[in-house]
Amino acid sequence: MPEALETPVKDATQPGSVPAAESKPEKARSLWSDAWHDLRRNPLFVISAILIVFLLTMAAFPGLFTSADPRHADLANHYLQKPKWGNFFAPDWFGYDVQGRSIYARVIYGARASIAVGVIVTVLVTIVGTVTGMLAGYFGGWIDTLLSRITDIFFGVPFILGAMVVLTSFEERHVYVVILALAFLGWTQIARVARGSVITIKQADYVMAAKALGASTTRILLRHILPNAMAPVIVVATIALGGYISAEATLSFLGIGLAEPTVSWGVDISSGQEQLRNAAFVLIIPSIMVSITVLAFIMLGDAVRNALDPKLR
Amino acid sequence: MGRYVARRLLQMIPVFLGSTLLVFLMMYALPGDPVRALAGEQAVDQAQIAQVKKDLGLDLPIWQQYWNYLSGLFQGDFGTQIATQRPVADVIADAFPITVRLALFAFAFTVIVGISMGVFAGLKADTLRDRGLLVLTLLLISVPSFVLGFLAQYFFAHELGWVEPNVSAVAASQELILPAVVLGSLSLAYVARLTRTSVAENLRSDYMRTAVAKGLPKRRIIGVHLMRNSMIPVVTFLGTDIGTLMGGAVVTEGIFNVQGVGYNVFQALKSREGSTVVGIVTLIVVVYLVSSLIVDLLYAVLDPRIRYA
Amino acid sequence: MTIIDKTADVPAPRGSTENSGPLLDVRDLHVEFKTRDGVVKAVNGVNYSVSAGETLAVLGESGSGKSVTAQAIMGILDMPPGRIPQGEILFRGEDMLTMGYEERRKIRGQKIAMIFQDALSSLNPVLTVGYQLAEMFRVHQGLSKKDAKAKAIELMDRVRIPAAKERVNDYPHQFSGGMRQRIMIAMALALEPDLIIADEPTTALDVTVQAQVMDLLAELQREYNMGLILITHDLGVVADVADKIAVMYAGRIVETAPVHELYKRPAHPYTRGLLDSIPRLDQKGQELYAIKGLPPNLLKIPTGCAFNPRCPKAQDICRTDVPPLLSVTERDGGELPGRHSACHFWKEQIHG
Repeated sequence: MPEALETPVKDATQPGSVPAAESKPEKARSLWSDAWHDLRRNPLFVISAILIVFLLTMAAFPGLFTSADPRHADLANHYLQKPKWGNFFAPDWFGYDVQGRSIYARVIYGARASIAVGVIVTVLVTIVGTVTGMLAGYFGGWIDTLLSRITDIFFGVPFILGAMVVLTSFEERHVYVVILALAFLGWTQIARVARGSVITIKQADYVMAAKALGASTTRILLRHILPNAMAPVIVVATIALGGYISAEATLSFLGIGLAEPTVSWGVDISSGQEQLRNAAFVLIIPSIMVSITVLAFIMLGDAVRNALDPKLR
Repeated sequence: MGRYVARRLLQMIPVFLGSTLLVFLMMYALPGDPVRALAGEQAVDQAQIAQVKKDLGLDLPIWQQYWNYLSGLFQGDFGTQIATQRPVADVIADAFPITVRLALFAFAFTVIVGISMGVFAGLKADTLRDRGLLVLTLLLISVPSFVLGFLAQYFFAHELGWVEPNVSAVAASQELILPAVVLGSLSLAYVARLTRTSVAENLRSDYMRTAVAKGLPKRRIIGVHLMRNSMIPVVTFLGTDIGTLMGGAVVTEGIFNVQGVGYNVFQALKSREGSTVVGIVTLIVVVYLVSSLIVDLLYAVLDPRIRYA
Repeated sequence: MTIIDKTADVPAPRGSTENSGPLLDVRDLHVEFKTRDGVVKAVNGVNYSVSAGETLAVLGESGSGKSVTAQAIMGILDMPPGRIPQGEILFRGEDMLTMGYEERRKIRGQKIAMIFQDALSSLNPVLTVGYQLAEMFRVHQGLSKKDAKAKAIELMDRVRIPAAKERVNDYPHQFSGGMRQRIMIAMALALEPDLIIADEPTTALDVTVQAQVMDLLAELQREYNMGLILITHDLGVVADVADKIAVMYAGRIVETAPVHELYKRPAHPYTRGLLDSIPRLDQKGQELYAIKGLPPNLLKIPTGCAFNPRCPKAQDICRTDVPPLLSVTERDGGELPGRHSACHFWKEQIHG
């Protein structure tokens, strides 16, 4: 455990360790290349990246992992049949649920809904949040006041509770409904981070220089501000992605997220809770999948943050 | 300072109105019908439904409904539940104290355990114990709280039999300990990590070097010089945490059957009891706003560099 | 405890017979840092000493190891990644590197104090300056809060901070840069230590304020008869206050000399380069001299003389043999007290 999680040795150029800082590395390093240099050596990053690639493959091509049909119910033979831990990758590996469906197949096929929710919500909130935060931070004045107040309003509504309110209004909760509900309430965090980041960058000399050279506002925003403001946004977004997957599962568990016939981990956890006493595996196996997925994205976000912000190390 | 508080209170008004309007709109503007939900699967006379709606003012335009709701709210009238005919204010009066207690327990757990863990790890950053804490917090963050709740319930109630799986209606304090630990565990992980980072970072700062150079004893260096500075970001986080805890109580209260506001809001959502949902969410928004104001003021006490204009 | 007792009977006047040994004697000190890119050899065998009432200026570019040496003396190196593989730091004859934590702590602040370059970041931002000054008396002398605060005000007066009584409860960020540095000085002086290490005390200040702060420091040093190690890269500052100079390069001392001798006749090409790069009024209009090349990479210090890649007079021997720090003599062999040079060709440099 200690070996596997060892992060790279302290950075020689880190502020704070004054003496070491006096030695300049020979080649100049940019923030991103330095970060990449760090990341490749960080086991946390390597493990999470492998996991994520694996999960994405599972979401895209579930047929690669199992030939069983996740919706095929076989009540006669398999009612709550216990897992056969030795039968790797076989339909009965993780046993069968209440309706006699292969839990292994459902876990594989469930990845798609969970990961789609996580990824698409993250993309949406990143776009909305970055644009809002960038406009508020760059223009300031009444635009900032207005956008910041709107952000505050959405921030004030508790996330899960708000999503519950929105989702109960829909009779049929398709994946896209859940995505929109989460994105509708979730963009504020990114907006706040982006705003703070833009305010700092706005005062940087290179932005002043670009202004003095007569660059247009659009050019300054897109070429100078945006790329430099993205580092903290990417970190927050990666970590939030795990949170959205967790939120989807929570909502499905409460019975107001995704619902049958959609195959998702949250749906399975929800249906598993009735059988907690005599067949805990029905609930625990999809729970473990959710946890692993969330863990992978949070670890990735963590590793990226450490690499981009050496101060935090 | 006084002027700052006044300005902040003024700023809270639009945010408060906006948040309640948002919840109100989500509740009433989106499809879903409380009267129909009341009737359930039974076939009902359309005229009857229209009459009930008219009595409740649900046939009015949404803006007017919101205005009526808001003006009622300022007279302390949260509305009435359609199904039970109970005033929402009574429902809240019963449920709110339970959730406040639950959230405060969870908060205390978060603060005490989280900060201790964070300091413990931060003082020896990049050592085995720091790595151990990192792994623990990662696990706490990635396991959804309902899973954690189920596991805790399964283990402590069903397997060990230490506690009852369900909290009774009175929700005695000792019954709330397990739900509070489950509720607080996510925040605990964040507080521990934030404290750890803050401590580790401040440990490298110039003024800590000065404190050592002054020949101060270790206890004083850590207790006075390090902690005062390290707690600033942690306090900021904790400010929004009480609101988050109360919002997150929906899940925990559901699992342990705690009859607080989360439980009630969940029931109300199922039956589309708009006034109950909006009333409770409004209260949580107020808690959130007030606690973030308190934290901002506390911030000034901790960090003299902050000046309130 | 024995050490404390022994050191209690100071200050001894300069040149006193009983205390003939130096106050501080650094012997063959090595410091290295483990980093991601390898081992940084920051200090590679430094020797210097300071006596009571004496001012030693340590001169060098950033990365020369002058600050690291001071931090090693003070015991405030970050260890790890720092390491002291070799050397002794004798304070009144006792090696501080072998002392226990408590013994060493009692020397810090009481016997040896330090003034840092950046007073804003070196003072605790969330505590009042009064508290930070009073802390010295409370911790080391066990004074009450009230008495300690009175002493703090006295100290602030001593370093000529106007309206000390009113400002004692202010926070560091409420002072100007010069005033903050005075507070740092006051803090270092609080317990009238035997030795003060000032690490670039005026670098962060305006030129006009620099002189005031430097004068104050020199005046107080004379008054208390303290030893002073002044770390700087500013030759202008040195000339007025220092008694002797040690020039550092790549973690080694390359030349030592009494202050005016060094200015007149440097015995190392690096010192020569430093002196030549001072702008002078009589050279107005000419191009300013600069030492060519970059400071050495401490991960890969050049073989032989570390300065050889930048030295205008480098020969083959400079690339292979490390020049020892040798005594420098007059052309006729006459002694030049206190003068040493680590250059194979010091004779050519000083006499040629």
